[in-house]
Amino acid sequence: MAMIELQGVHRDFRVGEQTVHALDDINLTIRAGEYVSIMGPSGSGKSTLLNLIGLLDRATRGRYLLDGQDVTTLDDVAQAEVRNRRIGFVFQAFHLVPRLTAAQNIELPLILAGVPREQREPRVRRALEAMNLLERAHHKPDQLSGGQRQRVAIARATVNEPRVLLADEPTGNLDRKSGRDVIDILESLNRHGITLVVVTHDSDIGGRARRRLHMLDGRIETDHHPDGDRHA
Amino acid sequence: MRSPDVGRFAWGALRGYPTRTLLMLLAMAIGVAAVIVLTALGEGARRYVADQFSSLGTNLLIVIPGRAETGGATPGTLMGETPRDLTLDDAMALTRSYRVRRIAPMTLGAADAAYGRRQREVTVIGTSHELLALRRWTLARGRFLPDIDIDMASPVCVIGGKIRDELFGPRPALGAWLRLGERRFRVIGILGSEGRSIGVDVQETVMIPVASAQQLFNTPSLFRILVEARSREAIEPVRQFIIDTIRHRHQGEEDITVITQDAVLATFDRIFGALTYAVGGIAAISLFVAGILIMNVMLVAVSQRTAEIGLLKALGAAPRQILALFVSEALLLSLLGASAGLALGMAGSLLIRQLFPAFPAHTPAWATLAALLVSVLTGLLFSLLPARRAARLDPVLALSGR
Ligand SMILES: Nc1ncnc2c1ncn2[C@@H]1O[C@H](COP(=O)(O)OP(=O)(O)OP(=O)(O)O)[C@@H](O)[C@H]1O
Ligand SMILES: [Mg+2]
Repeated sequence: MAMIELQGVHRDFRVGEQTVHALDDINLTIRAGEYVSIMGPSGSGKSTLLNLIGLLDRATRGRYLLDGQDVTTLDDVAQAEVRNRRIGFVFQAFHLVPRLTAAQNIELPLILAGVPREQREPRVRRALEAMNLLERAHHKPDQLSGGQRQRVAIARATVNEPRVLLADEPTGNLDRKSGRDVIDILESLNRHGITLVVVTHDSDIGGRARRRLHMLDGRIETDHHPDGDRHA
Repeated sequence: MRSPDVGRFAWGALRGYPTRTLLMLLAMAIGVAAVIVLTALGEGARRYVADQFSSLGTNLLIVIPGRAETGGATPGTLMGETPRDLTLDDAMALTRSYRVRRIAPMTLGAADAAYGRRQREVTVIGTSHELLALRRWTLARGRFLPDIDIDMASPVCVIGGKIRDELFGPRPALGAWLRLGERRFRVIGILGSEGRSIGVDVQETVMIPVASAQQLFNTPSLFRILVEARSREAIEPVRQFIIDTIRHRHQGEEDITVITQDAVLATFDRIFGALTYAVGGIAAISLFVAGILIMNVMLVAVSQRTAEIGLLKALGAAPRQILALFVSEALLLSLLGASAGLALGMAGSLLIRQLFPAFPAHTPAWATLAALLVSVLTGLLFSLLPARRAARLDPVLALSGR
């Protein structure tokens, strides 16, 4: 069952007179529950691909089916709803709102979804519990360590129980130990069924994924697949 | 997103940046307070004047010799004729309408008043018994001019409090003989009323019977005739009656002017009403300035919180929700600022009323309403541009801080 299906996807950026082909004819199918890592040199289009999968960006050309539904043609409001319900994001820079506590940061997707207050509390609590952050619930981000902040971000990304979790360099701002913890958490989420896509520079981390994509110049160069390698 | 959540989020954002929030609150509050206080002053002035006029007496008509008309000249003035004087006979003719309650003729002049060795110049008003009731005056001591025929002279006078103090000092004034020019008048009353009459401080006048004044100043003419109609509705018929009567007596010449108190009052009302609108409008400009300030600060907030906006979008906020968040923030700011300004302005007008009790500085309801409305509208209007900018941010660029 294909969760993510990209068909002939291009993403061009116009910079003055020049056109940068950040993504160049990407064809990619990721099945539900897969664990995929994306590696490649800087500027090869990894983040662009992830943003496109996460509906933060639109393809210049091509089709994108999410869970069988064509999402390329959705309007802003419908795309926002897909982001809210079906996709979780984890960023290198955590992106926690500094004035909000850990619990309030985690609550944000539920607030945006219009979940009533009394239903939000138990869900936030469960998410905090799952990340082992209960006693940090009322701490502001600047009172948390990097690893804790990224765990808050993961709790926030998963509180709405999305089917897909996208992580762009999730360990990039962390030391090795915290980075390992974060990867462990992501992998355990994947074991529980979430479709996980991780962009990373770290070949140790990238190597842990069952499926490993290597990008170069906006193309998928190699696609190491558990069912036998394929070359794109 | 639920509206209480929008409100809570906006409130949290405001509290997250206390300095800028307080500054904007202050700007909005000052704007609203300015509208409240300035319109209270304008309205106070209007009511003050209205009060002064109604203390002149009600349903009052004032007959003045000469035609004060801007449009076209009467045949009389064309022929270079001076208007006929108003006389005591004219005045008496005016009592012959059932709609006229009372009349009081007036002559005016200056004379040297002396008692013993003290002396000063005073304004002498020649009038009749009726003036006291007509002007709603009160006496501090004694009685007013006697109820005699108005063409009867009598050597009595009623003096203002200030004259009493200056000429008599500690000595008893009632019953004393006051010298006015070459004549002597016995003091029978002392005026207690404050207030001004025809621009003269009542406290500095000496009143004598009108016939005596005509002898004193050696003139048959009257300065004016005050007429009190029986009711408000009677004012217009009385006006017509006066004009007809005098024209008939003056061989068909309409050589008088009749001022009704209502007309004068209405004019002042209009002037001060316009004044209040004007100062209210000027003060509203400060609200506009506050609105521009809000816009500026909101623009800065949008660029400061770019990453937060990108994040909200990544978490599934639609552009409309982002718009709603920022507009709510501005609305909340203007509402809080306006409330603070309202409290400040009301305290200000209260203070003015306490300091100057005669000055009824009450903010008219329309001004309060307008101030609140304008502050909320400017908050809304001036936050739209920054909020739309936030709503249109590209989430990828916003998140990458580019
Ligand atoms: N908004 C943009 N405007 C212009 N060019 C862009 C924009 N975003 C990305 N690019 C270009 O697209 C290409 C791919 O960028 P992308 O951010 O996807 O690279 P990446 O693989 O994530 O690199 P890194 O490992 O450094 O994060 C780069 O050449 C980049 O300069
Ligand atoms: Mg990248």
